[in-house]
Amino acid sequence: MNSLTRWQRPELSTWPGFGRLTDLRDNIDRLFESPLAEWARTSNLLSGWNPALDLYEDKDNLYVKVELPGMKREDIDVSLHEGSLSISGERKSEQTHEDAEVYRAERFFGRFQRTVTLPTPVAADKVKAQYKDGILAITLSKTEEAKPKHIDVNVS
Amino acid sequence: MKGTVQTEPRRALEARSRLEYVSPDVNIFETKDGYVLEAEMPGVNKDGLEITLEGNEITIVGRRENEAVPGTPLFRERTLVDYRRVFELDPAIDTARIAAKMDQGVLSLTLPKSERVKPRKIAVD
Repeated sequence: MNSLTRWQRPELSTWPGFGRLTDLRDNIDRLFESPLAEWARTSNLLSGWNPALDLYEDKDNLYVKVELPGMKREDIDVSLHEGSLSISGERKSEQTHEDAEVYRAERFFGRFQRTVTLPTPVAADKVKAQYKDGILAITLSKTEEAKPKHIDVNVS
Repeated sequence: MKGTVQTEPRRALEARSRLEYVSPDVNIFETKDGYVLEAEMPGVNKDGLEITLEGNEITIVGRRENEAVPGTPLFRERTLVDYRRVFELDPAIDTARIAAKMDQGVLSLTLPKSERVKPRKIAVD
């Protein structure tokens, strides 16, 4: 299947939350059933910068990790809206090499945005984000209702 | 000779280290004073960096800090392997003065040219 989204390793689990999106994606794919699709998938031109993202969960929290090397903290924007977490920003190219001759340009500069639908409700006032070694780590705590509960049943 | 910082063929690199390493994305510029190489290695800090010079080859290895994986993964796109890439150096580079800096997962290598190969103006009496 050709797709414009980030290529995923087949052995990795696909997140079930993408059901409706997949339908949409299949429709778009039909538009791109051409050699162009191959090219588009491997190039940054149509898809822009799609930073790699991981989502983890434990009993109390959800954890999101995004690879954003070489950013400034103030250029990263994290927002939560109706159960979706958006990470966006802009990586600016440094102006110090203006007169330089370019030999390789594999890094992407410009705007990016990633949005994930969170699988459980989270407390909007308890979102923590940390940016270190080029990785943005966001911790979101699940709302009390969303946490798994243990109910003691007295069997008589 | 038109000197550049050349990369070894990717195929060779992949065959040798298919599973252990991933090749970082780089930008390379040449200025009149030398070359600047920037390599993206998110998850690597100063301590995980290993740069070796051998002959006219420079090898960059970036080891990720052992990240504690929080909880159960629901969705994963990142590959948590180390980075490695080899470059062949322009003989004009003064290897004694190569400098490296690491900032938010991006390595910046400054590779200055030796004084004798720098273009210079000769005054005419």
